[in-house]
Amino acid sequence: MDMNSPDLVIDVQGITKRFGNRTVVNNIPMQVRRGEIYGFLGPNGSGKTTFLRMLCGLLRPDGGSGRCLGFDIRSESGEIKKNIGYMTQRFSFYEDLTIEENLDFIARIYGVPERKSAVEKSLERLGMTKRRKQLAGELSGGWKQRLALSACLIHEPQLLLLDEPTAGVDPKARRDFWDEIQQLAGRGLTVLITTHYMDEAERCNRVAYISYGNLLASGTVDEVLKNSKLTTWEVTGGNLHEFAEKIRGKPGVEQVVAFGSTLHVSGLDAEKLHASVNPMITGDYHWQQIQSGLEDVFISLMETAKDNFS
Amino acid sequence: MSAARQRRPTGGNGAVFVKLHEFNWRRFWAVVVKEFIQMRRDRVTFAMMIGIPILQLILFGYAINSDPKHLPTAVYSADNSVFSRTIVWGLRNSSYFDITREAKNEAEIQKLLAQGTVQFTVDIPVDFSRKLLRGERPDLLLEADATDPAAIGYAVAAINLLTTTVLNRDLTGPLAKLQGTPPPVNLVVHQHYNPENITQYNIVPGLMGVMLTMTMIIITALAITRERERGTMENLLSTPARPGEVMIGKIVPYITVGYIQVFLILLASKFLFNVPIVGSVPLLLVLTFFFIVANLAVGITFSTIGKNQLQAVQMAFFFFLPSLLLSGYMFPFRGMPGWAQDIGEMLPLTHYLRVVRGILLKGNGFAEIAPDLWPIALFLVVMLAIGIKRYRQTLD
Repeated sequence: MDMNSPDLVIDVQGITKRFGNRTVVNNIPMQVRRGEIYGFLGPNGSGKTTFLRMLCGLLRPDGGSGRCLGFDIRSESGEIKKNIGYMTQRFSFYEDLTIEENLDFIARIYGVPERKSAVEKSLERLGMTKRRKQLAGELSGGWKQRLALSACLIHEPQLLLLDEPTAGVDPKARRDFWDEIQQLAGRGLTVLITTHYMDEAERCNRVAYISYGNLLASGTVDEVLKNSKLTTWEVTGGNLHEFAEKIRGKPGVEQVVAFGSTLHVSGLDAEKLHASVNPMITGDYHWQQIQSGLEDVFISLMETAKDNFS
Repeated sequence: MSAARQRRPTGGNGAVFVKLHEFNWRRFWAVVVKEFIQMRRDRVTFAMMIGIPILQLILFGYAINSDPKHLPTAVYSADNSVFSRTIVWGLRNSSYFDITREAKNEAEIQKLLAQGTVQFTVDIPVDFSRKLLRGERPDLLLEADATDPAAIGYAVAAINLLTTTVLNRDLTGPLAKLQGTPPPVNLVVHQHYNPENITQYNIVPGLMGVMLTMTMIIITALAITRERERGTMENLLSTPARPGEVMIGKIVPYITVGYIQVFLILLASKFLFNVPIVGSVPLLLVLTFFFIVANLAVGITFSTIGKNQLQAVQMAFFFFLPSLLLSGYMFPFRGMPGWAQDIGEMLPLTHYLRVVRGILLKGNGFAEIAPDLWPIALFLVVMLAIGIKRYRQTLD
């Protein structure tokens, strides 16, 4: 580890990547501490995957510099690769290899000492000792994901980069996955995870939100919520469908989202929003101001970003 | 209610009828347009669809000639007389023989034939005109490289006819009695390397090159595009594995496969087709290495261009087809027009076929093979450079 930043596993500034004329990642800084679970959020195509690829040396950044695990991301990507586990968005192990062969292959690639017992341990932890001869291609989505995680951990990396690991995985498997991630973090492993799920974002120590390659917010979930200037009113009672139709498009109203039997109406300009909603609260309707949710904040950030950058 | 009943047949026996009835031209057209757009996007497939028929048309229509003419011929004339000059003139005029070399001695003639520099040699013995004038019917020796029987058949027929007629021009006055039958000259034809004109002798060793070209290119192109298509390449590259390690690691198994093919064909040559194996098999195996790697390099290059496995296979065939047709495997190389021969000269298979046939049938050693080795080596170096350069770019 670099003596100057004993706590920072990832410490990069100004990371930029262009594909042709398009800037996919624009001047993004990131600091992640040891043992932290860092959530990396943003809509599809916002540059999350590209950023991860630059961290692990798959892509060369066009701008920016910094260190990952104390190694320079530009000149020491070989060293970085040895100490990270990168789990790609798509299942990217060999479907025509068995579970055991996949683990063995990865263990060989990383030069894991005492490979046989490392593979055995990994199989045990997976609970796949008996199914070791099964082809990876035959596994269900949840099991593939567990296999991928095990394979990423076989060389005992210090940093785990997970690119939408829980996409398309059922809720039970998702919860088990997160429990495991949190255990690993408890043992000092640092985890950078991209996700679309807000409940997962809330399980992270800190989050960053990017859209169109730009960093829009970062910090703990509470900080992100506090820093947002979004005001949200919760409306109940009456005919909410009709209410939603009427309120949509009024000045100051940016988001109208139904949550079961309530309606959340949000906007960045609190006064305008109030002026628009207030006259409509009659008869059966009730309203109260609530704390904006993480999802509301992110959608608002995304809408704003669209205006600014697209 | 009645309206609902009328619609009912949708599910029952009337389904087919209803489906025809419901055929919607607008939706149909939308699909047609979509398919055209997709086809246009997939440039390689589109190029192949157009390219292959055109290529076949050109090759079969113009390049393939089963009656090859202008075959390079070396003449060694020990008898400098009006008659020997007439023979040479007659050969030239027949359009089957191009006198490309005037040899100085017998040894040079043998060397030219072994190297494949010439297809024929004509040997006019020292006492040719003396014997001719005496009516002793001197020998005229035609030696032919018969590794590819199809290449020489017509030319041999032509020289037979030629010797009976061409000398009549000079046999006038008191010599006129030498005209007519039997012809004044005794034509001796020596077919070298494959005297019985057994086509298998030519085809079977050639098959070695063809099979290596086909499988080496397709297999490597597939192996690398498959990794990319399935996303496993990204995973592989995020590990400490270096691109060179990945690439060479993928190639080595296929070199083994290539050698297995070579052994199988050698065994088949010897035991199934009784092809005489005259030359050094170890020498062949060493030279085969260059050829295999040259083809693997083509496969790598294609894998960096093709976006998926289908495209990779298509491109492999795009390369394979001219290799098959222009290399001299299927049709006599010298029967093709100059431009087709020029393309053929650039293909490694063309040279490898000469190497294989040269070693197996002619018993050639390294010295005779060398002129065909450097084009393969050059091709290898160029292809590998392109392949590696492109392979690196695809990562970033």
